Amino acid sequence: MGLPMKIRATNKDGVTEIKVLMNHVMETGLRKDASGQLVPALFITEVTAKLNDKVVMQAQWGQAVARNPYLAFKVKGGKSGDKVSISWKDSSGDTRTDEATVS
Amino acid sequence: MDRREFLHLLGIASVAGMQLPLSVARAEQAAEELYDAAAFGNVSLLHLTDSHAQLRPIYFREPSVNLGVGSMAGRPPHIVGEAFLKQFGIAPNTRLSHAFTYLDFERAAPIYGKVGGFAHIATLIKRLRATRPGALLLDGGDSWQGSGSALWSKGQDMVDAQKLLGVDLMTLHWESTLGADRVKEVADKDFAGRIEIIAQNIKTADFGDPVFKPYVMRTVNGVKVAIIGQAMPYTPIAHPRYFVPDWTFGIQEDNMQKTVDAARAEGAQAVVLLSHNGMDVDLKMASRVRGIDAILGGHTHDGVPTPSVVDNAGGKTIVMNGGSAGKFIGVLDLDVKGGRVADYRYRLLPVFANLLPADAEMEALIARTRTPYESKLGEKLAVSEGLLYRRGNFNGSFDQIILDALMAEKDAEISFSPGFRWGTTVLPGEPITMENLLDQTAITYPYVTVTQMSGSQIKDILEDVCDNLFNADPYHQQGGDMVRVGGMSYSCDPTAKIGSRIGDMSLNGNRIEAGKTYKVAGWAPVSEAARDAGGEPIWELVARHLRTKKTIAAPELNLPRLKNVDGNPGITG
Amino acid sequence: MNPGHQATRRGFLRLTGLLGLATSALALAPRLALAAWNKSAFETKGLADVYKTLGVVSPVASGDVQINASDIAENGAVVPVEAISKIPNTTQISFLIEKNPTTLTAQFDLGPDMLPEISTRVKMAETSNVIALVKADGKFYTASKEIKVTLGGCGG
Repeated sequence: MGLPMKIRATNKDGVTEIKVLMNHVMETGLRKDASGQLVPALFITEVTAKLNDKVVMQAQWGQAVARNPYLAFKVKGGKSGDKVSISWKDSSGDTRTDEATVS
Repeated sequence: MDRREFLHLLGIASVAGMQLPLSVARAEQAAEELYDAAAFGNVSLLHLTDSHAQLRPIYFREPSVNLGVGSMAGRPPHIVGEAFLKQFGIAPNTRLSHAFTYLDFERAAPIYGKVGGFAHIATLIKRLRATRPGALLLDGGDSWQGSGSALWSKGQDMVDAQKLLGVDLMTLHWESTLGADRVKEVADKDFAGRIEIIAQNIKTADFGDPVFKPYVMRTVNGVKVAIIGQAMPYTPIAHPRYFVPDWTFGIQEDNMQKTVDAARAEGAQAVVLLSHNGMDVDLKMASRVRGIDAILGGHTHDGVPTPSVVDNAGGKTIVMNGGSAGKFIGVLDLDVKGGRVADYRYRLLPVFANLLPADAEMEALIARTRTPYESKLGEKLAVSEGLLYRRGNFNGSFDQIILDALMAEKDAEISFSPGFRWGTTVLPGEPITMENLLDQTAITYPYVTVTQMSGSQIKDILEDVCDNLFNADPYHQQGGDMVRVGGMSYSCDPTAKIGSRIGDMSLNGNRIEAGKTYKVAGWAPVSEAARDAGGEPIWELVARHLRTKKTIAAPELNLPRLKNVDGNPGITG
Repeated sequence: MNPGHQATRRGFLRLTGLLGLATSALALAPRLALAAWNKSAFETKGLADVYKTLGVVSPVASGDVQINASDIAENGAVVPVEAISKIPNTTQISFLIEKNPTTLTAQFDLGPDMLPEISTRVKMAETSNVIALVKADGKFYTASKEIKVTLGGCGG
């Protein structure tokens, strides 16, 4: 399930800019906790972005994407009111999808 | 001017067998010569920067070591002492040579008296505004930190003084160490409709939205002038990140160019950058960003009398740096004709308290804001036999007292103290008051730390800090001086690269071993964990030490052996 | 700065050499479909071996690829990086961090409507080159920038 993302999508001069802040620990598996135990790896491995249900970008991530991942990209086309959806899947198999409207 | 006080000072000077530099009448003449420079052009900008909350007049010794490396070697501001006088055509043994250099400081300071002080600055600002209608007063930041009263009032004493002084615009550095919420509170309440905080390089950490206006447009005598703000780019690195968790900084050169272009597109006939980059960073930025007419800079505390003129693809940019501690006011007069800056005049005026009578209203405000703290600040902790100062690339004598106190009080083999560039000067024979001590230490993360460090960790720290100071690329410089080191000796080659600058590390004649651990005392940690460990504030430790000692002999400075600096005019021969 | 990550250059080469032997067989395997995570590529250390694993042959440093980032990271745990490609038919942009424990950080496959520009934030264990790797018409292009990770403190 995970926690909700923040998505901001704005259209300017025929290009839709999409900015996403995900909510995820992005544990590398290399960090030790206060008691000296390794914290197991848990990180987003796959991301899919859609504009009006059409896949525009797919990504694969490793451990070194920062905690609460940020992503910004631009798509040709789109207009005010269009739907943007972002999905992720993490190394435990957990998934989440959030949507936003282009302004 | 307080004639009685001035005559008294002159009396002391003559008793000490020194040549009297001035009669009272000549003092007034000196004031006229210094402060009544003819106005020029149609747009005037008055610049105060890095006052570090010094509301009252103080002594401030300029550095005897201010090394430049790479392309900066031997160029302003990296020139000290006699080379400085020669570079800027200042006669030795004069009021100006005393203001701009450390030369003969102990002899000259009692003669010329204290510098700065907001009541005296207020008088000067009024005098300048009288001949420069519409002049804007720009505060380059580092105004709300550096004194006990600013710390305890969360900068309120300075905020009130800035408003009374008539500051129009300001940018930020140490202000942010009061916490982002406090900065916003002042911006939204105290400053509303009066003073605008500007910073093109502070953005929100989530989506990168601007936190403050990047620039403002002001019309001065019919001329549209854009003033862009640049906060200290490395604020969350140089200080604990937890003060500004939701803000990011950085140099943001691309956004600077976009901001200049936007200001020009909006019709700006002159574009001025109010910068807290530090002078080397400003010089590099001026060579790369097009369309800035002038950079009024601070951060590195360089009192530079003459602007540096920098060529870039868009023309020329003049770069200035306005010193610190309220010691100087920069006056930039621009002649804007035909939609562009045609000519300029610049003067960096030293604020001699004896030559400028205190402004009564400001004096009253300062007295009022100090009342709750006066008895605490006035405590005499010990008497100093030597001159106490901080500024310079390596240990100053006041740093040495802090380092010695840390080692003694914490039974540590080695001590570290940050290379801050602020901190006032105490003359020999004067008492060291709690106020003097807070002038060196008043920060919001003052915790004392004691750490077991390996020799290799110690080397890594020294290399890391040294690279912030001596990286050949100015964009990698953060603006502080070298970390002050107690107990341990070392050598430093400023011209080398990170990893190779520090050598010959030894303790009591024995080599520091990479794998061995040493007990190191320090203060001003940036980590959250160190804050939560709750070490005592450094001023309490040093005060305890000084009270026990009662008299402090001139400290022996633990200076590194420097390599490859022969002939560098950033150090005295 | 974590001293544990300060491998010497020699140690670094030895490490990648060994990994090279272990992973060279995988390089021959066809690239996995998008939906499946490329485990071997993401768990490999060292540029050369990641390139092998990804089937990247002789990437060319190109002025048409830009990597934008601060010279000094404000926080090694959150380092903003942006890659922009001006090469026509760019279909993939990846970020690699040379000295991290795992080198490949993120790989973006761009659909035909995407502009070839990606911004994200990464973690860095120490001062390192960060590389933007661009794939266009089956060829690979790079741009590199060193980002410094510093201890902090002592800032004037």
